[in-house]
Amino acid sequence: MTTSRTLYDKVWDSHVVAHDSGAPAVLYIDLHLVHEVTSPQAFQGLRDRGIGVRRPDRTMATMDHSIPTRNQALPIIDPIAAKQVQQLRINCGEFGVPLADLGDDSQGIVHVIGPELGLTRPGITIVCGDSHTSTHGAFGALAFGIGTTEVEHVLATQCLLQDRSRTCEVRFDGLPARGVVAKDLILALIAEIGIGGGTGSVFEYTGEAIRALSMEGRMTVCNMSIEGGARAGMIAPDETTYEYLAGRPSSPSGADWDAAVSRWKQLPSDDGAQYDRTVRVDAASLEPMITWGTNPGMGVPITQPVPEPNGGSGVRKALDYMQLEPGKPLLGQPVDVVFVGSCTNSRISDLRQAANLLKGRKVSSGVRMLVVPGSEQIRAQAESEGLSEVFRMAGADWREAGCSMCIAMNGDQLDNGQYCVSTSNRNFEGRQGKGGRTFLASPLTAAATAIEGAVADPRRYL
Amino acid sequence: MQPVKAFRGKVVPLPINDIDTDQIIPARFLKTIEKLGLGENLFNDWRYLPDGTPNPEFVLNQPRANGASILLAGDNFGCGSSREHAPWALLGFGLRAVISTSFADIFRNNCLKNGLLPIIVDVNTHQELFDRTDADPEFAVSVDLETQSVEFLDGRTASFPIDGFSRQCLLEGGDQLSYIQQRMAAITAYERVSATPLDTLA
Repeated sequence: MTTSRTLYDKVWDSHVVAHDSGAPAVLYIDLHLVHEVTSPQAFQGLRDRGIGVRRPDRTMATMDHSIPTRNQALPIIDPIAAKQVQQLRINCGEFGVPLADLGDDSQGIVHVIGPELGLTRPGITIVCGDSHTSTHGAFGALAFGIGTTEVEHVLATQCLLQDRSRTCEVRFDGLPARGVVAKDLILALIAEIGIGGGTGSVFEYTGEAIRALSMEGRMTVCNMSIEGGARAGMIAPDETTYEYLAGRPSSPSGADWDAAVSRWKQLPSDDGAQYDRTVRVDAASLEPMITWGTNPGMGVPITQPVPEPNGGSGVRKALDYMQLEPGKPLLGQPVDVVFVGSCTNSRISDLRQAANLLKGRKVSSGVRMLVVPGSEQIRAQAESEGLSEVFRMAGADWREAGCSMCIAMNGDQLDNGQYCVSTSNRNFEGRQGKGGRTFLASPLTAAATAIEGAVADPRRYL
Repeated sequence: MQPVKAFRGKVVPLPINDIDTDQIIPARFLKTIEKLGLGENLFNDWRYLPDGTPNPEFVLNQPRANGASILLAGDNFGCGSSREHAPWALLGFGLRAVISTSFADIFRNNCLKNGLLPIIVDVNTHQELFDRTDADPEFAVSVDLETQSVEFLDGRTASFPIDGFSRQCLLEGGDQLSYIQQRMAAITAYERVSATPLDTLA
């Protein structure tokens, strides 16, 4: 019997090492990415057991969450963060794991550097102690976040116990209008299905709008799969994927490249492959999206009003925290801070989009704009293209690579009560600093908002 | 991990949907390199006022929370980040189970690996539990993992689903890493024949 298989099925099937009945599968992990926050207890677990890292050559560490984004060459001032960062150095040294350390030109946000180095590839399995590992699915990899106990399992065995997920096709029909970008596609999906809508599933993004996206746009979409409750999101590889990967430091070359591409061409879902569910989004009718509430599902087209509570306690609680009036669009809502960065939107194309809008304009007085590149390579590229100069001339703060104000672990944070338009992925209460209020949006919307000092529709600048 | 079998515990209600792991343990407390000590910052920004004193409005600061070992939460508990610090903080506070209608995938996995029982109940049972905790601050239930049931004092029981493997691991206090390690021959064989070449050290 020949059966049609989805992309997910193919990657799953080719990584099952063992599968006893009544137990989860033992799944082989091709690439394990590690950062300072979710790994120390796992390395300690190895020490307690007296075992090593089984495949340091399939493991890559970097530091991104706890690190400052300026003066990275100087000692870290926060003693607790300094200890955590130092512990990662000790662990990598002791266990032989390669580390992109502060000051290395490969350092950056873990989900930015994996693709940049060519380690992220179609058809492989990737895990990291970080829920935004779903980013790497943009290449047709099966990539998902795990807890620290599982980090220890993978360090020790290069395998993970996993149950098969349900599959959900997310089809974006049509092409988005001018000013509507990857971030708007994924925010629109999550607003539609809710933050638990994908629980138990792996998304496969299909359709004309996805095919038309650059790899960076695809990463933005896959990155926020977890905000829809799906552990992973995948996109079948195509010429766009191969073009991105060709010539990357760790990409295969010569005959190995040709062999790899012919393997990758087998990955897309077969005609007639069955998904457990399909969700359709009409990409052509979308507007720029913005969130108004305290989870990523609480989003609206930017011209549309913030919803009325309607007896829903979640909406009322969110409006109360955000101190917003229902029934009115967010357009014109004053903001204190604009943040461009994070594993969602800190890549060179994101920075170019924001810089194009800001060129020759000024960040509104009273607004603090922070632009944080996703990696040192992106920082260098942006500086060579003159983007950093555009940001500086506009009055924005240009920083060094890291997670920064997406998670506010490093001192880059909102003050109590401040409003921020942010290109990051989570608007949970206090996510960007205790008492801070986040509106999630695209880099275009962020830049337009910075200019006006209030939530703004970027289409008037295009 | 200590085995989880049967226990009786007071139920403390937190009737909020979509509680994310940033609320369970805010990111600024993740700079620790330890697993212990997170309980005091569980629900930190709801639990403490800006001056650092306990917020008397928050349920975990009320007398009813003394000795409680079961958290009754709204739908879709534990969404967001993969931080295992969330179950570590819940356990650190003294909780042994969380009851909801649904849990986010990664959070649920992390609970099962730490002996914190994620109990999924249907909507009606969920509402009934909230009603009971409203009526009686000392309301308690008996949880039995062997029979996968929650029993109220008056004998009413509700069953909950859990996969057989996780159940067995919890009942035995079993170590899932050793299960994988027992398949080392298969892992080595897979690496020799099937694994995609990749080298982070190159």
